[in-house]
Amino acid sequence: MKLKHVTGLLSAAAMSIALAGAAVAQDKVVKIGAILPMSGGTASIGAHAKAAIEVALDIINNAHPELGKLPLAKNAGLAGLGGAKVEVIFADNQGSPATGQNQALRLITEEKVAAILGAYQSGITLTSSAIAEKYGIPYLTPESVAANLTERGFKWFFRTTPIAPDFVRIYDEFLTDMKAAGGKTDSIALVHDNTEYGTSVANTIAAGFKEKGRTNVIDVAYPVNATDLQAQVLQLKEKKPDVLLMISYTSDAILFAKTMQSQDYKPPILLADDAGYSDPSFIKAVGKISQGVFNRSAWAVGPAGSPSAIVADMYKKKSGEEMEDTVGREMQGFFVLVDAIDRAGSTDPAKIQAALKATDLKPDQLIMGYKGVKFDDKGQNVLASAYIIQLQDGENYVSVWPKANAEKPPMLPYKGW
Amino acid sequence: MSFVLVQVIVGGLLLGAVYALFSSGLTLVWGMMNIVNFAHGDFVMLGMYVAYVVYTLFGGGPIFGAPLATLVLATLGVVVYFGLIRGIMKGPMLAQILGTFGLALLLRYSVFWWFGANFLSLPQDIVGGTYAFAGLRVEASRLLAGIVALLVTLALHLLLTRSSLGSKMLAVAEDATAAQLMGIRPDTMQAIAWAIAAGATGLAGALIANFFYIVPTVGETLAIVAFVTVSLGGFGSVPGALVAGLLIGVIESLSGYLIGAVYKDIVVYLLFLFFLWFRPQGLMGKS
Repeated sequence: MKLKHVTGLLSAAAMSIALAGAAVAQDKVVKIGAILPMSGGTASIGAHAKAAIEVALDIINNAHPELGKLPLAKNAGLAGLGGAKVEVIFADNQGSPATGQNQALRLITEEKVAAILGAYQSGITLTSSAIAEKYGIPYLTPESVAANLTERGFKWFFRTTPIAPDFVRIYDEFLTDMKAAGGKTDSIALVHDNTEYGTSVANTIAAGFKEKGRTNVIDVAYPVNATDLQAQVLQLKEKKPDVLLMISYTSDAILFAKTMQSQDYKPPILLADDAGYSDPSFIKAVGKISQGVFNRSAWAVGPAGSPSAIVADMYKKKSGEEMEDTVGREMQGFFVLVDAIDRAGSTDPAKIQAALKATDLKPDQLIMGYKGVKFDDKGQNVLASAYIIQLQDGENYVSVWPKANAEKPPMLPYKGW
Repeated sequence: MSFVLVQVIVGGLLLGAVYALFSSGLTLVWGMMNIVNFAHGDFVMLGMYVAYVVYTLFGGGPIFGAPLATLVLATLGVVVYFGLIRGIMKGPMLAQILGTFGLALLLRYSVFWWFGANFLSLPQDIVGGTYAFAGLRVEASRLLAGIVALLVTLALHLLLTRSSLGSKMLAVAEDATAAQLMGIRPDTMQAIAWAIAAGATGLAGALIANFFYIVPTVGETLAIVAFVTVSLGGFGSVPGALVAGLLIGVIESLSGYLIGAVYKDIVVYLLFLFFLWFRPQGLMGKS
């Protein structure tokens, strides 16, 4: 009787401890802040990026053994933190550097996030990451490319995307190959907006091209979200550059395509620096009059059943859009950040920072076509890279360069409509 | 060189006509009620979405979309007048400004919620593509917008100066109490003014949709130009808005081509401020 009583008590105690343990594991939530353009001129990209992060959350918080070597997919939650779930607090940067900065402050001081992901536009990443640096919170940008972001001596800033110096090399090699294939590539016009992204990428490319002996480069700047671009198109039509290199967000990319058609202007090669040209709404709006545009991308869907193909499918179900480079980089950056938190086994900022510094992901652990993820002292991923894709039929991009990754040979010259 | 300049000027005139069309509704409300409608850009945006929905449902060009956009927006104008404007006109100046500003955000984010943030576009050749006259290229859709801008300006001008309805509206604008003593109902007149202004704005949106992208924030991009056009033309002057629109269009195009696009706004706004220094009532406004 007495023994029974004791056993009963013991088992009840054991059960309650087990229950409490389970409750602790379930209650434990890792909060991450994501600063994105949810309104303003680039809101379409913000909406897509949000959907991409939500797909990544599904993969992280639920068991997805079908995704193979992708970190965090196999089991539900973060193994390193006792199965803790990840929660993302989305914050709208409204396309404004000042708002982005305020949102970073709010995420850190009020939401108490463990780390921040952001903020799409380079100019906003610049201001919001300065707040994270001040508070000692890890900040990872999956997609902002302005070179100066990693030149500030920050200790808490990390970047997974390829950046402007990488583009110089990629574009230079690509144009050399196009010339060998009979294309005209001697004179180049850099067409860019006046944002942090537009000016810094244009400057880096202009300087890099000069070093590589490409000196016949003109610079055509325009104000972002322009109401009219006819004067610029006429300028280009008159100067007749062989290659137009477009560094533009979606709104201006669409207006350029429309104006180029109405002014009957086609450059021999139209090469876009990702951004607006990767936005699915660009393809839907003006893809049919932009046939043959080249674009930079590190995304390739891969064969059916491969992790990237499964992820692309999940993304399409979530958002109704095709997976593309920008959302892919977004998702990849988020995975890298959460993987570091998982390895840190803690939400302590210093431990996450140390884990980020120790990141060493191999190509088969990624959904993007990088050669891996490994950060240098400045926080830049030294293994980032990209392919060239082409909108041959006006509906879907296919990879055309380098040859090893090409689905189809490049089509020359630019066809337009 | 000179030939390209002609093309630049023609493009500037067409752009200016669009600015004028865009601004005519704003100037009417401003002149009638001394109310700055901050939701004006978003009215244009709604006109664009009406044109887009009509196109996706029934196909066809602006022949269907434009009248429907005019009608829908005119109705909205009346609703906005009775639901919001009539109330806030009695309040302090700040309430009027923030009231229409709130309306702007409400409209913008309702469209965000319903249509999403994606950029939409009508087919480029929905209004007959591009005409080429001796090498000069003119988009049919912009030409149509330009012609309609002239017609709308003319119609509004005639309405205000030659019709009894216009006289009544002006009487209310001048002195609502006195007009009421003469047997004119200020409420009705102002509701009509809102219907006409919003209708013209909807028409503008439907026509601009033929050559511009459509997105919930497009009103933001275009609204600043509308305010500048209206103040340069003279508050409340419909022909003034036309002349000012054309002027701004040509100056923008020329400075964009000759000096560079990132500097064109500096040129436009410098000239604008310089002009207002000498003539604060605008080109055709009453002093």
